[in-house]
Amino acid sequence: MLSWIWAAFLVLSFVCGAATGRLGQVTAAMAAGAGQAVALLVSITGLMCFWSGMMEVISRAGLAGAIARLLRPVLRPLFGEASRDAQAMEAVSANVTANLLGLSNASTPIGLRAAERLYAVCGGRGAPDAVLTLVTLNSASIQLIPSTVAAVRASLGAAAPFDIMPAVWGASVVSVLAVVFAGRVLRPVFPDTAREMEKHSRK
Amino acid sequence: MDGLTSAVVPLLLAAAGVYALYNNVDVFPAFLTGAKEGLHTAVGILPTMVGMLTAVYMLRASGCIDLLGQALAPVLTRLGIPAECAALVLLKPVSGGGGLALGSEVMRQAGPDSYAGRVAAVMLGASETSIYTISLYCSHVGLRRTRYALPAALLGDLAAFTASAFFVRLLF
Repeated sequence: MLSWIWAAFLVLSFVCGAATGRLGQVTAAMAAGAGQAVALLVSITGLMCFWSGMMEVISRAGLAGAIARLLRPVLRPLFGEASRDAQAMEAVSANVTANLLGLSNASTPIGLRAAERLYAVCGGRGAPDAVLTLVTLNSASIQLIPSTVAAVRASLGAAAPFDIMPAVWGASVVSVLAVVFAGRVLRPVFPDTAREMEKHSRK
Repeated sequence: MDGLTSAVVPLLLAAAGVYALYNNVDVFPAFLTGAKEGLHTAVGILPTMVGMLTAVYMLRASGCIDLLGQALAPVLTRLGIPAECAALVLLKPVSGGGGLALGSEVMRQAGPDSYAGRVAAVMLGASETSIYTISLYCSHVGLRRTRYALPAALLGDLAAFTASAFFVRLLF
C-alpha cells in the first residue's frame, strides 16, 4: 500500500509540476528534501536517544510493572470473557503500558503476543471482539510524553517544545474513547460470520 | 498552566532517577542501553525519512499539496483543522515516517508556535499509524476478516485530528 502511495507522490509531483510549469522547482526540491531529511533526523536524534535512555531506566526500576498492575482492573471490562485469562490480560496491560511510556520498540512485540493469546483464548477462529479491541486500541495513540514531536519542535526553535502535552493528552483521550465507542456501536453491524455459522450448524 | 507543563518533564526526570536508584538500578548503564536503542531507532527511520520527505518536498514544489489543501479545506475548516494540515490527515494513518516528515514540514513552514504548526504537532502526537497497525496485527494473528477494526480506527483518527485542533484553540 505504501509503495502505491509513494509512487503516486512521484507521479503527482511530475504531473502537477508540468501543469503548473514548476518542474524546475520540483527538481530543486528533490535535492533539498533529501538533505532536509538528514538534517531533521540529526537534530532530533539527541532527544530521541536521551528519552529512550530515560525510559530504559524507568522500566528497569519496575515502574512499567507497577503501571501494568494498576491498569489491569481498568482494562478488564473492555475484553469481556477473555479477561478471565490471566496470561492474556498480563500481556494486554504490558502492551498498553509500553504504549503509554512511548516504548514503541517494546510495545509491538508484546502487543502481537497479547493478540495471539487473546485469539487462542477466544477459540482461535473468526474475528473475536477481544482481539479487535486490542487492535483498535493500538491504532489510537496513548503516549504520555510525545518525545519525537517535541524533539522536532525543539529543532525548529519552539519556545517551549513540550508545551503541547496537555493538548496531546486531551486529543488522545478523545480518540481512545472514540475507538472504544465505535467498536461497541459497530459490533452488531459487522457480525463475526465464522462464529455465527458455527452456531447455526450446531443447532 | 504554563508553569505546570514546564514542570512535568524535569520533575519526571528527577523522580525517575530517584526511584531507579531506590530500586537498586545501576542508572547510567541502564540509560546508555536505552539511548543506544534510541540511536538504532533513529538510524532505522532515516531511509524512510529520506524517501518520504523528498517526495513531500517535490509534491509541495509542484503545487499538488496546495491543491489538495484547497480541495479539502471546506470539509476540514468545518472541523477546525487548518488547510496546511490537510495532507497530514491523509498520510499519517498510513505511514508514521511519512507523517513525521510532512508534519515537520508544516511546523517549519508555518512556524512551530503558529496555530497550524501546533495543530500538526498535536496531530502527530495524538494519533497512531492506524492502517499499518491493523494490517500488522491482523495478518500476524491470521484474521481473515477484520470486521469493524478499520472503520473504528479511522473514526478514532478523525476524532484525534478534530480534537487536536480543538485543544490547540482551547489551550493556546
